[in-house]
Amino acid sequence: MTEIIHDVPAGRVGVIRDSAQSTPAGLFRRIYDILTRSPIGTIGGAILLTWTLLAIFAPWVAPYSPTKIDPELIADPYPSAQHWLGVDHLGRDILSRLIWGARTVLTVAPTAVLGAVILGTFLGLLAGYRGGIVDAIIMRVGDTLLAFPKIILYLIIIAKFGASAFNIIAVITLSSAPIIARIVRGVTLDIKNRDYVAAARMRGESALFIMFVEILPNARGPLIVDFFLRLGYTTIAIGVLGFLGVGLPPPTPDWGGMVKEAYGMIFVWPHMTIIPSLAISSLVIGANFLATGLREASLDG
Amino acid sequence: MAEILAFEHVSIAYDGRAGRQIILNDVSFSIGAGEALGLVGESGCGKSTVALATMRYLPRGMSVIEGHIRVEGRDTAGLSDQELSRIRGNRIAMVYQDPMSSLNPVMPIGKQLMEVPLLHGETDEKAAFSRAVQMLEEVRLPAAEAMMERYPHQLSGGQQQRVVIAMALMAEPALLIMDEPTTGLDVTIEAAILELVRDLRAKFGTAILFISHNLGTVARICDRIGVLYAGRMVETGQIGTVFRGPAHPYTRGLLGALPRLSGGGRRGKLRPIEGTIGAGDRSRIGCAFVPRCSFAVRHECEERPIAMVDLGGDHLARCARLDAIRASVKDEHDTVATAAGSNAPIVLRVRKLSKEYKLSSFFGGEKKGVVRAVTDVDLDARAGETLAIVGESGCGKSTLARIVSGLLAGTSGEVKLGETDLTKLKVDDRPPEIRRQIQMVFQNPDSTLNPSHSIAYALSRPLRMLRNLASGDAKAEVSSLLAQVRLPAEMAERMPHQLSGGQRQRVAIARALAGNPELVVADEPVSALDVSVQAAILNLLGELLEQSQLGLVLISHDLALVRHMADWVAVMYLGRVVEYGPVEQVFSPPFHPYTEALLRAAPTPDPDAAPPSAALEGMMPSPTEIIVGCAFASRCPSRIAGLCDTTPPPVRQFGDHRIACHLDLGGQVPVAPGGLTEMRSSTS
Repeated sequence: MTEIIHDVPAGRVGVIRDSAQSTPAGLFRRIYDILTRSPIGTIGGAILLTWTLLAIFAPWVAPYSPTKIDPELIADPYPSAQHWLGVDHLGRDILSRLIWGARTVLTVAPTAVLGAVILGTFLGLLAGYRGGIVDAIIMRVGDTLLAFPKIILYLIIIAKFGASAFNIIAVITLSSAPIIARIVRGVTLDIKNRDYVAAARMRGESALFIMFVEILPNARGPLIVDFFLRLGYTTIAIGVLGFLGVGLPPPTPDWGGMVKEAYGMIFVWPHMTIIPSLAISSLVIGANFLATGLREASLDG
Repeated sequence: MAEILAFEHVSIAYDGRAGRQIILNDVSFSIGAGEALGLVGESGCGKSTVALATMRYLPRGMSVIEGHIRVEGRDTAGLSDQELSRIRGNRIAMVYQDPMSSLNPVMPIGKQLMEVPLLHGETDEKAAFSRAVQMLEEVRLPAAEAMMERYPHQLSGGQQQRVVIAMALMAEPALLIMDEPTTGLDVTIEAAILELVRDLRAKFGTAILFISHNLGTVARICDRIGVLYAGRMVETGQIGTVFRGPAHPYTRGLLGALPRLSGGGRRGKLRPIEGTIGAGDRSRIGCAFVPRCSFAVRHECEERPIAMVDLGGDHLARCARLDAIRASVKDEHDTVATAAGSNAPIVLRVRKLSKEYKLSSFFGGEKKGVVRAVTDVDLDARAGETLAIVGESGCGKSTLARIVSGLLAGTSGEVKLGETDLTKLKVDDRPPEIRRQIQMVFQNPDSTLNPSHSIAYALSRPLRMLRNLASGDAKAEVSSLLAQVRLPAEMAERMPHQLSGGQRQRVAIARALAGNPELVVADEPVSALDVSVQAAILNLLGELLEQSQLGLVLISHDLALVRHMADWVAVMYLGRVVEYGPVEQVFSPPFHPYTEALLRAAPTPDPDAAPPSAALEGMMPSPTEIIVGCAFASRCPSRIAGLCDTTPPPVRQFGDHRIACHLDLGGQVPVAPGGLTEMRSSTS
């Protein structure tokens, strides 16, 4: 019992310790590493970070109030030194409305996606780990939800319960959860046959413990990537709801709503439509780039 | 003798994010016409890079930075792409480990074979067809013409590999590169393929570069051997010379680490090579083996490059301490024999155990047949002793292990731990006390530990669950568990990916021991590890067994390992135990014909061993087939027509040793016919 075997030469240990993930500092270091390793991920991260900072500091950053109507400005609504992105048909400053609108979209979209991830993860773990009838019921109900054209599902529910931030979040959560459940179920089906799960069963761990402690941490890679992809889709969905007039009620600045209010005047004052559309696109692209970057980095190992 | 392939001081480097890494360092060897060179070494030693470099198939970022590779006298570096592709198809052919990666799954194999001559100038389809049929006959595939129509998935693994070999030989290459061609195959299939390669080589005069981690297979095929370590050739020579008198400490280590079939004492100490190839070892100025070498002396071994020393008779070794080594130890194998299979108390009693799966059609209705994975198995596992279960893949040994450990439920029969019947008690339903008593060690070191959790987690959970330790006590106990498997206590903080395969397997053993079990089921615990690491793990298991009353059920396909470790052996074939008894008796006559075939097929690293006379023909029948007579009858070389295939074999008993066979094996006491279940009368 005296001899101890050091299979790894001492030199290697130090290298490994550098990238240890167990400490929070190590985790940030790792995220930083991943992002700088993939240029596309860096661009995506930068776009998302810019919008997030603008949203957080909106009261200080936005040059004007987003709801302040100034009919005098409508004579010349185009971008100018005072109003960098011009004003809309009511004379409200478009830049300020975008910045405040970022607050809306960056609250609603992540909350909705997070809700979907939580619900979907739980259902997916349950379906994958339990299998059989539980799996059949969860997945068939999910399939049924997915079979509805999404936008019609949104319209039905919002028409019934009214347009509010909470209802929009609920609708998106419900409609995205089945997709996430499917991803998690797939990973679970693979992982539940690994030997370490068998070992956990052999020491008598409960099913819940195995699902959340043994399996879930190993699904975090695909889940994080999917989170950002879905953030992009959800931004579009919120934009569409706003455009259809069932988004957040005015005068809350909402990017989709801004497009909707202005699109009748697209041939007269095109910037009022194009600028908020570009804002939506930039957020979607940013989220997608970040997801791609994370996927590349995770494939690199 | 014309040189077919020559490596002249070849160095290959990989330029990646982390800078330049040397993969091969000053490697030289040559293969003459019709010669077979075996290239051996542990994983990561650069064996496969040699093969890829020969074909000039180096992955992106890798390049030859020094030296020349000549194929039939021409330097491959100067060849144009057309010349290169002509050489690849016509002069050099390659056979990889996984035949499915070389076969197109959506094309009949005949068409794939015909492509070879058609691509290389043959225009007549008929001629190509008859060449293909002829070649399939050469590789001894039955009904060659019908075989032409088959798709790869319709063939067994062994047959697929034969097709790949046929395809490689279609162009009559001067050199055949085989990269671990039999690694995924069962021993009897492997033996048949090796025999085939040897015959084809004699017939076609093809030179062979045979890459393998298995010294036994190399001994069977090759004339010469090259030993690679960390990208350097450390020893080359004639097979006989090197195996009888290995000069380099690494070669000596590889040979000393192997358990042998030819006895040598049960659980005697093997000589593992401590440690693993370190990241920095490839770029050492001196010898790369220094950190693991017990003969290393700083100024001689580390400070300057070591040259190949000519030992005469075509035997070269790259070592500065050859004289010192020669002067030291002679005998590499300790033979510390311990007392053989006594009659220790029985911990686990398996009687008439069967496991069936019902196959149902897609809609769950009508039954499509029954898979009999395990049929009427009788076994005892004893305290402090090792029961080994051997057999080829598909024989039901893993199913049996999983029933005992509760990951599967048996269909009928009994599995008794003390007085508790566990047959249908899956692990989730077992009482905690029973769960503690039976634990398991799994095969694959990559999936045995959860990659998301630390080693401390892997060891403290079972302590808390099985021994009800509070989290503080469990933490303290973790380091003593680690010490038990000879790992430093700091290991606890690491994540599984920071450990080598051998270390992970040690942790897995510690985890199994955490609850102080009475029985540990180990399913191929070392088969995924390199030879040198394997020896260390086997030594560890041996020590643990000696120190305790632990019973071990060892599942393995490796007869040499079983010979080394076991007290009792059960040989399984198609779900049935065909032979059972104390290890010395099972490994000496009388044999069940299947045991005999397995023993003949097992590759031994002994250049003097007679080649196996006749490899076992055919394949194991499907477990869905209903077997009336003896399960082995369809492949048995000495079957008695009209008896073996119609009547279940009687159990012949020689004391504790039992063989289920119709053959008159001499000196036996036949029990009334009725299958293995009759064994029960004698033990219970």
